[in-house]
Amino acid sequence: MNKILFFAHLKDEVGEENIRIDVAGRTVAEVKELLAAEYNLQKLDSAMTAINEEFASNENVIEAGDEVAFIPPVSGG
Amino acid sequence: MNFEIAKEPINIQAVIDKVVQRNAGAITTFIGTVRELTKGKKTLYLIYEAYESMAVKKLEQIGDEIKERWPGAEVAITHRVGRLDITDVAVVIAVSTPHRADAYEANRHAIERIKEIVPIWKKEHWEDGEEWIGDQLEKVAYPTGKPEEKDLYE
Repeated sequence: MNKILFFAHLKDEVGEENIRIDVAGRTVAEVKELLAAEYNLQKLDSAMTAINEEFASNENVIEAGDEVAFIPPVSGG
Repeated sequence: MNFEIAKEPINIQAVIDKVVQRNAGAITTFIGTVRELTKGKKTLYLIYEAYESMAVKKLEQIGDEIKERWPGAEVAITHRVGRLDITDVAVVIAVSTPHRADAYEANRHAIERIKEIVPIWKKEHWEDGEEWIGDQLEKVAYPTGKPEEKDLYE
């Protein structure tokens, strides 16, 4: 099972801060595609992804228990 | 705890005190505040949100970058989250170094990097609406799904 975290506009669009689904064995790109379709997310492509709090690329494969966060362009400071 | 996400107003002096060291000849402090007008549009207030655990790690990474590039530097950063009104302090960065030029440069590096790699977002609230702000650096979206290597470890 994996915990998926959403922030900023993605959180608003999904309507949840996080969800739990099993995406072990899938790439980040595949999970983005799956969630974009499920929640009708237009801008998921432009989001960065973090696996276990470290930036990951679209080719990274998610393992069981990984925490996956989608990170829209940041605007701190 | 030199790198923190704060839910309450930031004690600026407390951030500065963290970088006091006997070998320092300078401490620079950057204080980021909430601006009322952006391109003529009037902000009423902001909401800042963070992926807190990762944000702290990324602030620590910025500290490590600075220590590597400017030997002898000490760094402390606190970023606030929650609702902030106009003139409120959103972020405080303190850097101490043996010589003043380094303290200015390293401090500038910290704020620019915050805007690249630290998972913090602000939602602007105007009289006629609200919006999550992203991509303030007006860079392209990340085509590979993450910042490029050069962005991460410049």
